[in-house]
Amino acid sequence: MKQSFSVVVVAAGISDPSSTRMLADRIAQRTVALADRRGNDVAVQVFDLRELATEITTALVSPLVGPKLQQAVDALGAADGIVASTPVYKAAASGLFTSFFQVLDNDLLIAKPIVLAATAGTARHALVVDEQLRSLFAYLRTTTVPTSLFAAPQDWSDPSLNKRIDRAAFELVLLMESGFARQIRDESWHSYQHEYGSAGGTELSIDLDTDLMRLATGGSAK
Amino acid sequence: MQFGVFSVSDITRDPVSGQTPTEAERIDAVVRIAQKAEEVGLDVFAIGEHHNPPFFSSSPTTLLSYIAATTERLILTTATTLITTNDPVRIAEEYAMLQHLSKGRVDLMLGRGNTAPVYPWFGQDIREGLPLALENYNLLHRLWREDVVDWEGKYRTPLQGFTSTPRPLDDVPPFVWHGSIRTPEIAEQAAYYGNGFFANHIFWPKEHYMRLIRFYRQRYAHYGHGTEKQAIVGLGGQAYIARRSQDAIREFRPYFNEAPVYGHGPSMEDFMRSTPLSVGSPQEVIDKTLTFREHFGDYQRQLFLIDHAGLPPATVLDQLELLGGEVVPTLRKEMAARREPDVGEPPTHASLVKAKYGEQPPRQPRPNANRGDNTAGPTPYAD
Repeated sequence: MKQSFSVVVVAAGISDPSSTRMLADRIAQRTVALADRRGNDVAVQVFDLRELATEITTALVSPLVGPKLQQAVDALGAADGIVASTPVYKAAASGLFTSFFQVLDNDLLIAKPIVLAATAGTARHALVVDEQLRSLFAYLRTTTVPTSLFAAPQDWSDPSLNKRIDRAAFELVLLMESGFARQIRDESWHSYQHEYGSAGGTELSIDLDTDLMRLATGGSAK
Repeated sequence: MQFGVFSVSDITRDPVSGQTPTEAERIDAVVRIAQKAEEVGLDVFAIGEHHNPPFFSSSPTTLLSYIAATTERLILTTATTLITTNDPVRIAEEYAMLQHLSKGRVDLMLGRGNTAPVYPWFGQDIREGLPLALENYNLLHRLWREDVVDWEGKYRTPLQGFTSTPRPLDDVPPFVWHGSIRTPEIAEQAAYYGNGFFANHIFWPKEHYMRLIRFYRQRYAHYGHGTEKQAIVGLGGQAYIARRSQDAIREFRPYFNEAPVYGHGPSMEDFMRSTPLSVGSPQEVIDKTLTFREHFGDYQRQLFLIDHAGLPPATVLDQLELLGGEVVPTLRKEMAARREPDVGEPPTHASLVKAKYGEQPPRQPRPNANRGDNTAGPTPYAD
């Protein structure tokens, strides 16, 4: 049976066009192509964080979520898969990139398959994805694909980058096809920490059968 | 419907003059603001509670009893009283005392407080903040309704044969509002007891508050206190008013830009678009405030934040002239005209006395003659 997936690309490149965005686009294109070969559809939506920069800093220092940021939150909340791509600055993912993921609710991305990618001006930053980004996304409980992607200038002329992109894209396709994230959502969602109104404003269930609710209605604390 | 102002008691540098008021100056100014609120015809003045600089209001009942002594009609309340770090026994005693001195012109709003270091200063733990708030209110509720309380809980030493004195005025406890912006348990507790529910309605877009208020209304009806429409809802809001819209925007912008919590963040225009803030002419403030009713349903109390962010006292008093002189009279008329039938009135001491006693005289608790063992008899009261 044909399945339709939505993939959201988050790119933190600054120039236009940026190599960070180009890397993300290639991952997305290969994801579409590999899924298509397996009879499935992928719709891609791209968010360039550059355009959300002021709303991201506003969200960092105040409770306000601007309309463009909210659109990205809504898209990520509904996404079946994610491609996240950042430039490396000062031996770390860009502040814009980490700030964006820091202002998201902790439970927005639970179990979602994600490809992590980075670009840098030198190959000496090659481990930023594995040593820094993976822990951020572990905190967010994403299902990060096994293959990390990294491109320094010399990689753009090296066919092995394409091979690694294919590998990561295929991993993403298989994880989306598996329905893992959806099943977590359907069967195990309550076992993760949530707050009222979290998950981008969608987590609105209220459980009246809890110790706290009994305490709220005159019962005793346990 | 009641209209008033609430202050968080922040002592903030005036970004225009560069001056920060002293504690003494700010305390005097707040007293003057409260008195002015009555002079211009507002109904309610609320003060926050904090235990760290740059705030002064560590002792709300002391402040409010002074204001009560120098006003005639104004209802005095809090925004909020910390139900977590205060001993509920002390809340019961202090606010009952304030209720007597103000002749019933007092209610209070309970909140948890979100300043982590404050909890250990009072022997508490912020991680237990929610169950602490819930348990403490359960006790407070009983202390004001039962002359003699036996009680045991998790967070406070047990009570045996304890009587909170003085008993509430006319044996009718002050009305309680529960303030919350994102905690269903607090809304549930407010609904269970038939108390009021207040959303500060300052920092977030309206959708954020609408969901929880809807839940509170449903649960209020579920517990049989009345219909959903009759649930007792209060809202905050903030406004800066000038005769001409462009003057309001020009005058308020430097204060907005450096305000605590949201300053240095969003533009004032963005913040006005997506939160309850209105900066403009009296008519613009009226129009925006009327939209609150459309989003939340008919409600009983509207409080405006007008004295924060370092605004100088003279400006705040001018704001009160415009608020009381032009904005609120129109809002009263317009809200009343739009009001659906059967909507609840905001509870006052007089209405609560009437609800409890009808035409009968209220109970006036009179202690037994002092035998030296007033805690040992079957009841400490003669009536």
